[in-house]
Amino acid sequence: MILVFVDHDGGGPDEPSLQAAAFGRRLAERAGEALQALAVGSDARGAVATLGAHGVSVLHVAEGGERDGAYAPRAWGAVLARAVERLGPAIVLAPGSDRGQEVLAHAAAELDLPMAANCVDASPGDPFVLLRQRWGGSLLEEAELDAPVKLLSVAPHAVPAEPVDGSEAEVHRFETRVDPEAFGVRVVDRTEPERGRVSLAEAKVVVGGGRGVGGPEGFRILEELAELLGGAVGCSRVVTSAGWRPHSDQVGQTGTRIAPDLYIACGISGATQHMVGCRGAKRLLVINKDPEAPIVSHADWVVVGDLHEVLPAVVAAVRRARG
Amino acid sequence: MRVLVCVKRVPTTGGTITLTPDAQEIDTRFSGWTVSPHEECAVEEAVRLIEAHGGSSTVLTLGPPAAEEQLRDALAVGVDDALLLETDGSEWDPQETAAAIAEAVRGLEGTGGPFDVALFGNEAADTGGYQVGVRVAHALGRPCVTGAKGLEARDGTLVVRREAPGGGVEVLEAPMPAVVTVNEGINLPRYPSVPGRIRAKKKEVARVTPQRRGPRLRKRRLLLPEDEGKRAEVLGHGPEAAERVVEVLRSVGVL
Repeated sequence: MILVFVDHDGGGPDEPSLQAAAFGRRLAERAGEALQALAVGSDARGAVATLGAHGVSVLHVAEGGERDGAYAPRAWGAVLARAVERLGPAIVLAPGSDRGQEVLAHAAAELDLPMAANCVDASPGDPFVLLRQRWGGSLLEEAELDAPVKLLSVAPHAVPAEPVDGSEAEVHRFETRVDPEAFGVRVVDRTEPERGRVSLAEAKVVVGGGRGVGGPEGFRILEELAELLGGAVGCSRVVTSAGWRPHSDQVGQTGTRIAPDLYIACGISGATQHMVGCRGAKRLLVINKDPEAPIVSHADWVVVGDLHEVLPAVVAAVRRARG
Repeated sequence: MRVLVCVKRVPTTGGTITLTPDAQEIDTRFSGWTVSPHEECAVEEAVRLIEAHGGSSTVLTLGPPAAEEQLRDALAVGVDDALLLETDGSEWDPQETAAAIAEAVRGLEGTGGPFDVALFGNEAADTGGYQVGVRVAHALGRPCVTGAKGLEARDGTLVVRREAPGGGVEVLEAPMPAVVTVNEGINLPRYPSVPGRIRAKKKEVARVTPQRRGPRLRKRRLLLPEDEGKRAEVLGHGPEAAERVVEVLRSVGVL
């Protein structure tokens, strides 16, 4: 059996969990195994219909008491560890979200089992061979995992989450005792994201600036263009390290992953750290003095020139086009 | 207060990654070495905690003898002591690494007293394992919070702020001693001063050779992802290209 740990917001499974389920379904078909899921909190029961449609046959729900309270990383990891012991899966998958990695790491530590993070593929067998991301996906590693139970987190977008059929999953209540101390660290407060502002992760257009912008003032023209297009401003790590922009604007391996319809990259050379963050962009327009910059090899369109001259002309042309 | 910060020596990557002919490593002949970005911030956080609360900080790494360079970088920005868990440079898996670090922490605490806070990067830039800090916390029987974007020590408790799923911020609290893994953006790391660098050069770096238990996640080879093989269309040179840009904006439906 292949067991997927599912994270949910009370209404349904989150997108990374459905991607992990899709990855699990692929392995289940290859290995001839069943696909089951585990979630914490009685409100997880609401996820059963969606999970069924995504190929899960049984949803185990750990619920009641502390389990219905706010997220507690070690306790959720402990629940997963107990499920590994009691349900006996051959493979355990977790979504490649922050929480997915965290819960799986706690379970792995408790079980003293190895864990492979951000897998994009796996071949069940002996040896168990997997393919995983390094450097945020700029590099791949083929590795062998030597363990009685294989613990993998699934890299975001490794497999698209698509429903397969209309079959229904059963809900089984998963009874287990968890050391109350494990609930000692939990989410005690939560602030919702700012409303009204286009978030970098969800913007349809992102105007990004790098070293070539030259300083904090240089971003004014990028802000102007972003505002005209209803988009958001992003930047490279060089910019945040220099203190020109807040880290929340950083696009990259250690910043935000963006997925706009169009990314306009201005004065950005294209270090792998940055390219990892904008790989999800559907189209890339580069404005750069250097037509040989590494980022150009990823671009759909390029304007060769100084962004300080090109952007004002673009802003003016957009205003004219708007009338 | 006693603070420990753990870092990892990783290659500096630029625009392209080149592999060694045996596909076992990144070719570093023409690049330098650094620590993971998250850990740069963890070092800064360690220094700030000591500046705010007094006490001492220790930086630790598991790596080849050359990783002394990364320890000295941390000493240069104000960390007090350094310990190198010296390896032959081959890759240790996350379980082995965590076991060696936990053992070293027990040794350091046996002589110097417990670390109130042990800081790690949330994940290493190169291997991206997402687990060493959590494993060390379990080995030492301490609470752990990952992904910190804000950290405050208040009356024996660590208050950690981090990104919540779906955006926004969530807050978790952990009693000290605790393990916290840090994300870039928690602070803006300072640059070392010249006197700081000179001081760091003179400091002693302690060395221990850790016991190895053998990897269970074993690297076979590295691969570069397939290139999309895109060829960009040149819209023009300089401001004259602006009208073509407008056409592009229209064609993708953002104007």
